[in-house]
Amino acid sequence: MTIASIGLDAGSTTVKAVAINPEGQIAARVIENTKPDISSQAERLIEGLRSETGSGPDTTVSATGYGRKMVRNAGKVITEITAHGRGAFFLAGKALTLVDVGGQDSKVIRIAASGNVEDFAMNDKCAAGTGRFLEVILHRLEIGYDQVEPMLDRASGSVSISNTCTVFAESEIISLLARGVPVEEIVYAVHAAFAERVGSLVMRLGRPSAIHMSGGGARNAGLVKLLGKHLCVPATVLPEAQFVGALGAALTAASTRAGI
Amino acid sequence: MTISRQLQYALIKNVAAPLLVKTDAWKSARSFRAKKDKPNPPFGPRLESYIKLKELMLEHYFTGRYADGAVPVAWITSGSPVELLRPFGFHIVYPENHAALCAVRRRAKDLCVHAENEGFCRDLCSYARTDFGSVMSGQTPVGRVPKPDLLVTCTNICQTALAWYKVLARKFNVPLYVFDTPFIYGEGEEHDVDYIVAQFHELIEMCEKVTGRKLDQKQLTYHTQLGCECSKAWGKVLDLCRNRPAPMTTFDAFIYIGPIVAMRGLPECLSFYKFLHDELQDRVSRGIGAIQNERYRLLWDNLPIWFAIRDLSTAFAQGGFNFVCSTYTNAWAETAHHFDPNDVYRSSAKLYSRIILNRDLRNKADLILKLCRDFQCDGAVLHSDRSCKPYSVGQYNLADILNREHGIKTMILEADHGDPRSYSPEQGELRVKAFMETFQ
Ligand code: SF4
Repeated sequence: MTIASIGLDAGSTTVKAVAINPEGQIAARVIENTKPDISSQAERLIEGLRSETGSGPDTTVSATGYGRKMVRNAGKVITEITAHGRGAFFLAGKALTLVDVGGQDSKVIRIAASGNVEDFAMNDKCAAGTGRFLEVILHRLEIGYDQVEPMLDRASGSVSISNTCTVFAESEIISLLARGVPVEEIVYAVHAAFAERVGSLVMRLGRPSAIHMSGGGARNAGLVKLLGKHLCVPATVLPEAQFVGALGAALTAASTRAGI
Repeated sequence: MTISRQLQYALIKNVAAPLLVKTDAWKSARSFRAKKDKPNPPFGPRLESYIKLKELMLEHYFTGRYADGAVPVAWITSGSPVELLRPFGFHIVYPENHAALCAVRRRAKDLCVHAENEGFCRDLCSYARTDFGSVMSGQTPVGRVPKPDLLVTCTNICQTALAWYKVLARKFNVPLYVFDTPFIYGEGEEHDVDYIVAQFHELIEMCEKVTGRKLDQKQLTYHTQLGCECSKAWGKVLDLCRNRPAPMTTFDAFIYIGPIVAMRGLPECLSFYKFLHDELQDRVSRGIGAIQNERYRLLWDNLPIWFAIRDLSTAFAQGGFNFVCSTYTNAWAETAHHFDPNDVYRSSAKLYSRIILNRDLRNKADLILKLCRDFQCDGAVLHSDRSCKPYSVGQYNLADILNREHGIKTMILEADHGDPRSYSPEQGELRVKAFMETFQ
């Protein structure tokens, strides 16, 4: 198959890589947990995509994500903001507000009808508004993403957690469990706190008419629904939600090559 | 005051300090000459004024080591009316300026930790924590800071300064004067001015008591006028950055601000800014910029991130972004026009109460918009300073006003002016890069 470029998104939790064809469609993709040695992991993943698609060693590569600087041979290195902006605009084909819930941070990106990033907001230094927060708490409760939505539907919303700090929230949850509060109420409280936090990030850029979601957090259908409800706007998950950044990087590599 | 301390001080001030400064200046001048014509990417050529600045600050802090017991010493906040103290011969210490120096030299964190170990909360302004840590541990990068005979705090910057100086007053057991400037909504009221003028007289009385000297009215007018000229000279320096390319970056201005903060009302402060102005003017006439490739011009809001100035200035300059103005550097020039030598007290009352931190948000927004217009800024970076709540409050509204109402691209950078534990360089760099990418 003809491959235009490869994009790699070296995130804090997972590394994603895609190879795209000249139309920008994803021809091959790969995702793995981030290893300590990002350089060799990136090289291996890129090599894997090359052999899977039969593309040569001169295929242009672009990198993004926290480990972007560790990717050797990356022609162009761009920030996650720009990469997600490009990828999301390509997938949605219109102006949009993207909410990306990643492992290390959550970002909200407003993309104009021209495809340019107009404005963005990210959570501050603490883990409270990140995918890691939900992961830690759900792991503690031994619940998978797929179990969340039905639980949220069942919950009455009678409990709330006051702490959105990951560490304090965890101990608050332990005391709720000790008081015999049903697990679905706790799951609801945690997601509501999260939606509030990410919701205010969205509102920093002004109330959108709709939101699109990407990143690992978009796999949590319950969260997507709750966030939409909290903001009173429709929330849609982008196709290839976990690969939006890698796709944006690949599109950048392709346009650099084409001299655009 | 003892005669032996006074003799020692006179010797240090008139012989040792000038000698030390000359030796240091000679060394600096040699290394400056060696580097002068070497490329300095992504920046423009180096400024000779930097050597002059070093000389001035070195002399100030060096003589300060021997000041207590020889001359009266006052510790005051940056917004206090220093000109009132000058006629009494005080050596003035600015704990904020000292704390900034500690942060630049990367000593602030340890001093903050020292203060926290003594029970001070981490949410307190890092200037206050650095000062407490330095006072309690005796550690300072300047050798020694003289003990105060008088403390003066002013509410025009924040309320932290009030509690901070109360702690110092207890610690040193010396008199504290709390100078209260009512918050200004709109243009302010005449009765506020009356209230402030009454306090000038109280403060003068206190100075007379502490020093045993009577106020010399002529000296007061002299220093007040000189203070105002210093501010105007600083303003003229900043104004040169209206040129394209700007001959100085705001990051440079953060360093050159030292004398206007710590030596306002002294002749050496004025001559320094005249020297700096001439050097920058020469750059302007030759079309030399502070950075090599000025593509975009930005405004900075709030205090500098002292410990990250170098990293940030390099990252922005590499992308062709130059900071050409800031609300912070402007704060030492913005109220000078209020001064009237024929009405020293009332005009000074306005000068001290009309500063940015003591005025409402609308005023701040108008000021930022005016600066953006005057300096032709393409964007603005609002530093959300964890320490300085009064400066940071309302920045999201400001960002909205700038971005949505006026199309000025704006980013908020979360950090702290002094405590590096409140800044994540990795995330900071990401935001900065992403912000720059939005201009392409
Ligand atoms: S809180 Fe702000 S104004 Fe007050 S001392 Fe600290 S930095 Fe200065």
